[in-house]
Amino acid sequence: MIRTPLRPLARVISARENGENPDVIEAEERVKRNQVINQKIRKRAEHRLTMLGLAFFIGFGAIAGKMGMLAVSEPMEPRLAVANTGIHSQRADIVDRNGSVLATNLVTTSLYAQPHMMIEPVKAADKLAKIFPDINHDKLLKQFTGKRKFVWVRKKVSPEQKQLVHDIGEPGLLFGPREMRLYPNGKLAAHILGGAGFGKEDVRAAELIGVAGVEKFFDERMRDPAQVDTPLKLSIDLTAQATMRRVVEGGMKIMNAKGAAAVLMDVHTGEIVSMVSLPDFDPNDRPAPLLEGDPSDSPLFNRAAQGVYELGSTFKLFAAAVSLDNNLANEDTMINTKGPIRWGKFKIRDFHNYGNQLSVKDVIVKSSNIGTARMAQAAGTNAQKKILDDLGFFAPVPVEISEAKRTKPLLPAKWSDLSTMTISYGHGIAATPLHLATAYATLANGGYKVKPTLLKSDVSTLHGDQVLKKTTSDSLMRMLRAVVTEGTASFGEVDGYHVGGKTGSADKPKPNGGYYDDKVIATFASAFPTHDPKYVLVLTLDEPSIEAAGEERRTAGWTAVPVAAELITRVAPVLNMRPELAGSGQVEYTQAKHQ
Amino acid sequence: MRTLFYIVCSAFIIGLAYWAYKENYKTQTALREVKELQQQIAKQKEAIAVLNAEWAYLNRPDRLRDLVDLNFEALRLIPLLPSHFGDSEMVGYPVHKQLQVTETISIQSQQESAQ
Repeated sequence: MIRTPLRPLARVISARENGENPDVIEAEERVKRNQVINQKIRKRAEHRLTMLGLAFFIGFGAIAGKMGMLAVSEPMEPRLAVANTGIHSQRADIVDRNGSVLATNLVTTSLYAQPHMMIEPVKAADKLAKIFPDINHDKLLKQFTGKRKFVWVRKKVSPEQKQLVHDIGEPGLLFGPREMRLYPNGKLAAHILGGAGFGKEDVRAAELIGVAGVEKFFDERMRDPAQVDTPLKLSIDLTAQATMRRVVEGGMKIMNAKGAAAVLMDVHTGEIVSMVSLPDFDPNDRPAPLLEGDPSDSPLFNRAAQGVYELGSTFKLFAAAVSLDNNLANEDTMINTKGPIRWGKFKIRDFHNYGNQLSVKDVIVKSSNIGTARMAQAAGTNAQKKILDDLGFFAPVPVEISEAKRTKPLLPAKWSDLSTMTISYGHGIAATPLHLATAYATLANGGYKVKPTLLKSDVSTLHGDQVLKKTTSDSLMRMLRAVVTEGTASFGEVDGYHVGGKTGSADKPKPNGGYYDDKVIATFASAFPTHDPKYVLVLTLDEPSIEAAGEERRTAGWTAVPVAAELITRVAPVLNMRPELAGSGQVEYTQAKHQ
Repeated sequence: MRTLFYIVCSAFIIGLAYWAYKENYKTQTALREVKELQQQIAKQKEAIAVLNAEWAYLNRPDRLRDLVDLNFEALRLIPLLPSHFGDSEMVGYPVHKQLQVTETISIQSQQESAQ
């Protein structure tokens, strides 16, 4: 490096000659040199800072990168076969509200063949046909001797069958691990659970996907690897469900009905404690859907959540609710029941002639069409529409079953004054029993909206907006009670549970217009205990008929009501409800007697 | 001085290399162990799942009801009905024997007798 002198000789000499101070030149040169040094130091410092920054950047970058990787990667449970096929065969369990298993997974074996590796394909096909009687021998033989390199033989093989296949000793027959969905309770909650099938398939694993019910609705959550270990807790009570199914099945047989549906719902939370639809199926072996004919004839059809029926006189309570809530009447207001009402060529009649006038309470107790029609007429179409909307009749039930989302109630295309009158007694509007249960829950719980749910809620009340006054709700419960004590549902009395309910018998519509004379849908919508409602129960029987008291009976009072009473007798104790019998209740529990 | 520094440094590096070598093998062993343990966990989990499924299957209400019907003679169980709720009055409490005082009883506290 060439060092520039502080006192360059040439400049100093010339300066001296000119009589200038050479120190000035030195100072100048010094400044220059310092500048160069400063620049160097600065550059080095900059460089060091950059390096340090880079080091920090790399360090933090590594941490951030790792965090990102952790966040993006899916958590893995320890598994036996580490098959990185991109197939999630795991699926979370489903349990009832007390933790009893409703659906779980089991590892089984699948059987496949690679014909090009087979030594005696004909013999293998013969033996396989013997082990699996339902296998088509000729088709299998054709597949084995053809050009195919891969054939699925069976998707699920039991351990015994596996041993038998091993005994064939054919190297071209291979096994793969496979998870299957097991519903240990069989038919018990078939329509709620739905079922699961295989999606993407691979030799090493197969995807389990929900095909109906809760399994389909929560399919993503069930397959989410992060939640696979947390079972889905339903609001269903296994014991109550078993009791309900048994009683409803028995009732359906006695009443000669071709189908039945029952919903038991907690009025404060909207939790469905039990839901039964008969006939039902085994979700372990889901039948194929009907390709022709009425889908409602298939056991897969969920009558409680999919069956849209005219529910008849159970709707009369809504007409009363409108009148009471809008202060148009109270329980004792007299309503003109002189009939029939003529509207164009349409006539509204009563089952019996109830005289010229009845109180609101008696209109409900005696189930007078004319009375409710007059009440609805007085309240107006808008008030009726508003309450039916508030009670959820204008939309599918927001319950966690995939089928329910697609089931819309049937409403009149044009809501005329006549529609208002017929709807007041449940004709011209069709909804599912689940709709009815939800609406009755609102009437029973003091007028709060509820969202029906199949998931267990952790709180004891889950009220939505208030759509009816508390006083209205109380009066309606008194009326429901009166229907049982002195009206059409006298068979519904269950000692100690203060059951109140409204019957409804609606003629079934013919597929090509008009109504059948001898086919009815009998419904009983009830709440208990009426002085402090806890549950609503809706029972619907499809085409019941029974010989009783000397004639053939089809109305709900003779068919649905006795079955519902038996249901309450059996289910309420299971749900830990203590009957309030006369004489008990006044006992003081603070002191124990002993003599 | 400088030689000593070099010797110390190279010894340190050799030490580090040895340490890294050992750690490498330790890590590999640990990983293998983890894999084995995970397989064990998976096997156990599968076994638990099978047992749970079997337990649920054996406890299905249909089967329990059939068992109850079969063993009615011995168990005499019937479905739960409202009439099965009882009152606390119905509980038979044990009758306490009343102390019979017919003669004089001398009572002495323990403390006094100790004195």
